[in-house]
Amino acid sequence: MSEKVLMKGNEAVAESAIRAGCKLYFGYPITPQSEIPEYMSRKLPQIPGGAYIQAETEVSAINMVYGATSAGARAMTTSSSPGISLMMEGISYIACAEVPCVIVNVMRGGPGLGNISPEQADYFQVVKGGGHGNYRLVVLAPSSVQEMADLTYDAFDIADKYRMPVMLVAEGNLGQMMEPVKFKELKTEFTDKSEWALTGTRNHEPKIITSILLDPETMEKHIHKLYEKYALIEENEVRFEEYLTDDAEIIIIAYGLISRVARSVVDKLRDEGIRAGILRPISLWPFPNEAIKSKIEQAEFFFVCEMSMGQMVEDVRLAVNGAKPVHFFGRCGGVVPTPVEMFDNVKKYL
Amino acid sequence: MEKIFKKPKGLNDKTMHYCPGCGHGIVHKMIAQTLEELDLLERTIFISPVGCAVFAYWYFNTDHIQAAHGRAPAVATGLKRANPELIIVSYQGDGDLASAGTAEIVHAAARGENISVIFINNAVYGMTGGQMAPTTLVGQKTSTSPFGRDPNFAGHPLKVCEMLATTKAPRYIERTSLDSVANLNKTKKAIKKSFDLQARGEGFSLVEILSPCPTNWGMSPPEAMDWIAETLSKEYPLGVFRDERADTEVRNDS
Repeated sequence: MSEKVLMKGNEAVAESAIRAGCKLYFGYPITPQSEIPEYMSRKLPQIPGGAYIQAETEVSAINMVYGATSAGARAMTTSSSPGISLMMEGISYIACAEVPCVIVNVMRGGPGLGNISPEQADYFQVVKGGGHGNYRLVVLAPSSVQEMADLTYDAFDIADKYRMPVMLVAEGNLGQMMEPVKFKELKTEFTDKSEWALTGTRNHEPKIITSILLDPETMEKHIHKLYEKYALIEENEVRFEEYLTDDAEIIIIAYGLISRVARSVVDKLRDEGIRAGILRPISLWPFPNEAIKSKIEQAEFFFVCEMSMGQMVEDVRLAVNGAKPVHFFGRCGGVVPTPVEMFDNVKKYL
Repeated sequence: MEKIFKKPKGLNDKTMHYCPGCGHGIVHKMIAQTLEELDLLERTIFISPVGCAVFAYWYFNTDHIQAAHGRAPAVATGLKRANPELIIVSYQGDGDLASAGTAEIVHAAARGENISVIFINNAVYGMTGGQMAPTTLVGQKTSTSPFGRDPNFAGHPLKVCEMLATTKAPRYIERTSLDSVANLNKTKKAIKKSFDLQARGEGFSLVEILSPCPTNWGMSPPEAMDWIAETLSKEYPLGVFRDERADTEVRNDS
C-alpha cells in the first residue's frame, strides 16, 4: 500500500485504475466525473503503451473500450448518468461478446439532463439491464474514497476473471469529496487472455469476438452459458458490510455514501436504546439476498433508504418475500437526506 | 500446367452468402489478396459492420471482431491504440458508416487514427431490404422512398470522401468503383495503398467503393454495373480526395 494521500473520489478512481494496469482510457467530459478524464490525460501519456483518448461521444467511448479490451488490454471508461445511458448499447454488445471492461458511473440527478447533484436513481438501469437482451453486469457501490480506489482495483480483476463488464456506481458527491486514501501496488501479473484476445493469427487459428448468433438455438445456448457464469458470480462475488446488526431489530439497508448517513442514525437510535443496525450492499449485483434473509428472524422491520424514489427496495422486498415489513424512505432529484429526517422516518415505524 | 491464378490465403473455402452480382465478394477477395501480397494477414483484425457484411468473418482467415451499427471506427480506434502492431481493416457499408456512424467516422478521420476503412457505397440499406440510405440519389426509388428520394423532404446524398477531406488529419482518401475492369484494378490499387500506408504508420485512410446491389436496385448484375457507370458515379465522382501527410507539429505557444 502507498502512503496515505488526500484525494477526491474521482481522482482515486483514476489513480487506482492505473495501478490496476489500466493503460487505456476512453471518455467524454461530463460533470460530476470530469476529474477522471483530466487525471488520465495527465498520467496515461507518461506510461509506456498508455493512451488517453477523448472520444467524440460516450457511444464511441464504450466502443473504443470494446476494441481495446478485445485486443487484451486493460481499458476503462467513466461517465455520469446521461452518458451511461448512451453507453448502454455498447455494454450490451460487450456483455454478449464476453469481453472484460470497467465502467464507472458517478451518478447525478435525473431523469433527462436532470442536474449535477448526487442521486442513486440509476440502480434499475445498471442492475436490471439498461441495454437490451439477457445479460448482467457486476455492479459495485463504494461508500468512501478509499473504497472508490479499492473497488476500482478489484473491478478489473473481476472483469478479467469472468470476461464481462463491471460497473462501479458512486454518487456525485462521493466523486467530488476529498478523503485520505491509500493505494495498492502497481499490478504486474494479469490473467492469461491468449485463449480469446485478438492478437493476429501468427500462432493460432482465426479468433472471433462477436455478439451476433443468428440461429435461435445457438443464441439460447450462449445465453445459458452466460447465466451459468452469472450463477457462479452470485456464489462467489457477493459483497456487503454489516454495522451493529448482531442484535438489531431494525435493519437499515442502504448503499453508497448514504449508508454513512445511516450510520449516524443507527448511533443515535442506539443512544435511545433502540437496537438498530445497517446492512450495506457493496455489490448491488450480485445482490446480498442471503445476508438479508438471514436477518428476517431477528428483524422487527427492514428500513431501506435510497437517494431515489425506491429502486433497490424492490430487491430487498424480493429477498424478504413478505416475511417482515420493508419500509422505504428516499429523497431524489439530487437532494441528500439529512440524518435528522432519516432518524425521524425510522421512528415513525417504532 | 502452371497455376497463374489461385484463391488468396486470406479467404477460406466457405461459399459466400451474398446475392448474385453483389460487390462484397469482389472486395473481400481484393482485401484478402492485398493482405497476402503485403504479408499482413497474420497481423490483421477485420472488423465486421452491421449490414450485409456482418458475417464477413465467415470468409476471412484473420482475427475478427463484430461491431455495433456504425461503431466500427471506434472499435478500430480501441484495437489500434491497444496494440499498434495490429493492422485494422474496418469494413462498413453506407447505412452503417454514413448514417448510424457519422460521428465515429468523422472523428476517427479527424484524429488521424492509423486504420484502413473500406467503405462500400451501394446507395441503399442492403440487408434490411433496400431502404433509403443517406447516400440514396435524388429521385432514386427504394422501399422507403417509393416515389423516389425527394430532396424537399429527405435532403440530398451525403458525400463521405468530400466531407472527410475537409479535415486535416487523414493521410489518404479515394473513391473507386467496381463497374469496369479498369476500375476494379484502381480499386485493388487503392486498397493496397491504404493497407501499405497503415503498415508504415502513416495514418488514416478510407477507400469508398461504389458497389452494385442488383437485388435491391431491381436490376440484373450487368444493368447494375451500367447504372454505377452512368448514374451513381456522376453523383459520386471517382478520384483521390486526399493524398498528403498532415502537419503533425505540436505548437504549445497558443
